[in-house]
Amino acid sequence: MAAQTSTKFKAGDRVRVSSREHKGHHRTPWYVKGKSGVVVKAHGAYTNPESLAYGGSGEPAVQLYLVQFRQKDLWTSYGGPDSDNLCVDIFEHWLEPA
Amino acid sequence: MASKHHGNDHHGHDHDGHGHDHESPKAHQGMSKDQELSYYALRVKALESALVEKGICTPDEVTRAVAEMETRTPADGARVVARAWLYPKFRRRLMTDSKTAIKEMGYDLAGGLPDLVVVENTEETHHVVVCTLCSCYPRWLLGRPPDWYKSLAYRSRVVVDPRGVLKEFGLELPPSMQLKVLDSTAEVRYMVIPRRPRGTYAMGEAELAKLVTRDSMIGVAEALMPEGVKA
Amino acid sequence: MPAVHDRGGVPFDKPIEKSDHPIQDWEVRIDGLRAVLARKGLLKTDEMRRAIEALPREKYESIEYYAKWAEAVEAILVEKGLVSKADLDRRMKGQTR
Repeated sequence: MAAQTSTKFKAGDRVRVSSREHKGHHRTPWYVKGKSGVVVKAHGAYTNPESLAYGGSGEPAVQLYLVQFRQKDLWTSYGGPDSDNLCVDIFEHWLEPA
Repeated sequence: MASKHHGNDHHGHDHDGHGHDHESPKAHQGMSKDQELSYYALRVKALESALVEKGICTPDEVTRAVAEMETRTPADGARVVARAWLYPKFRRRLMTDSKTAIKEMGYDLAGGLPDLVVVENTEETHHVVVCTLCSCYPRWLLGRPPDWYKSLAYRSRVVVDPRGVLKEFGLELPPSMQLKVLDSTAEVRYMVIPRRPRGTYAMGEAELAKLVTRDSMIGVAEALMPEGVKA
Repeated sequence: MPAVHDRGGVPFDKPIEKSDHPIQDWEVRIDGLRAVLARKGLLKTDEMRRAIEALPREKYESIEYYAKWAEAVEAILVEKGLVSKADLDRRMKGQTR
């Protein structure tokens, strides 16, 4: 059972994705690292894939957030309108306040 | 961190005490596609037989797991969408607490399954779902994902050129509409409620469900138009 | 360069092939086998993913989807000492088509 952890962020918060290097299994895609966006939803706590992937228990569970990015902030060549965006589920330990 | 696994004949896997495998039958360089498929067909058989012999599982268990998987098809998702189109309260429940809403329809979502977030397409916003890191998909509601969803081409292009990808699927959105891409990177799965087509006001749940395609629940297509109604 | 599995925005010069291939028996079987092993707590999805991500780039980009699953299931089970490559190789040699 996932441990209850308090949330660092809430919907509406501006966050920046860490650009640190992480050689093992993790679920933060390269194209959002170092980018800033807005928290859309706090999903709650989930067991940590970075530990589960290596036989760990995944505890302590980590808060997961749906973060929204402007496409134009992600891709210099983005051809669509300014309003287009992209949302990614990101774990709390990959996020900093922006 | 764990050692990297190299699928071919490199060292690093002495865990079972059997030492190195210098001559792996898996010489993938130069294997034709047919050879590759034959190889894996045999390898999977070998895997299953090894596990069965060790008493780790039975062939019957595997067969039952396969049968379970086959019970889920896009028709299940379509039923959920049709109900959402008809009943605004159900739609709200579906979008805020999908597990409860889906359970109402008789889908027994046992614990341990990924969470489902259902989003709806509107006049202003269109959604499309991907898993750039692997192939995450709401299988337990929609069945297996299509090959293209799992393809490197889709995973790569739909995040950077979603309008181009949608165009390839025959869907062109006006610039006035917002296009939102959802990359399922964790244990939450996403499903789209496509817009309800015009001319369907007299239709019941079963008829409406027939208009809801798998592709429309991923977001690369709209729902089908009812017969005789112009788009 | 992003890791081999981290494909968002990575140029890949192939059109999106929209047709589905009919699923083969072995693909269905590895799908079922994975589910059974997961249910028994012997194979986590995260471990599978980690093993798939460790495939060499050339292999990752060329072999079929379920072939990656077969590779990953084997790798994790070997890692856990539940099967051995040598044994699997022997069984393959003894099999007929």
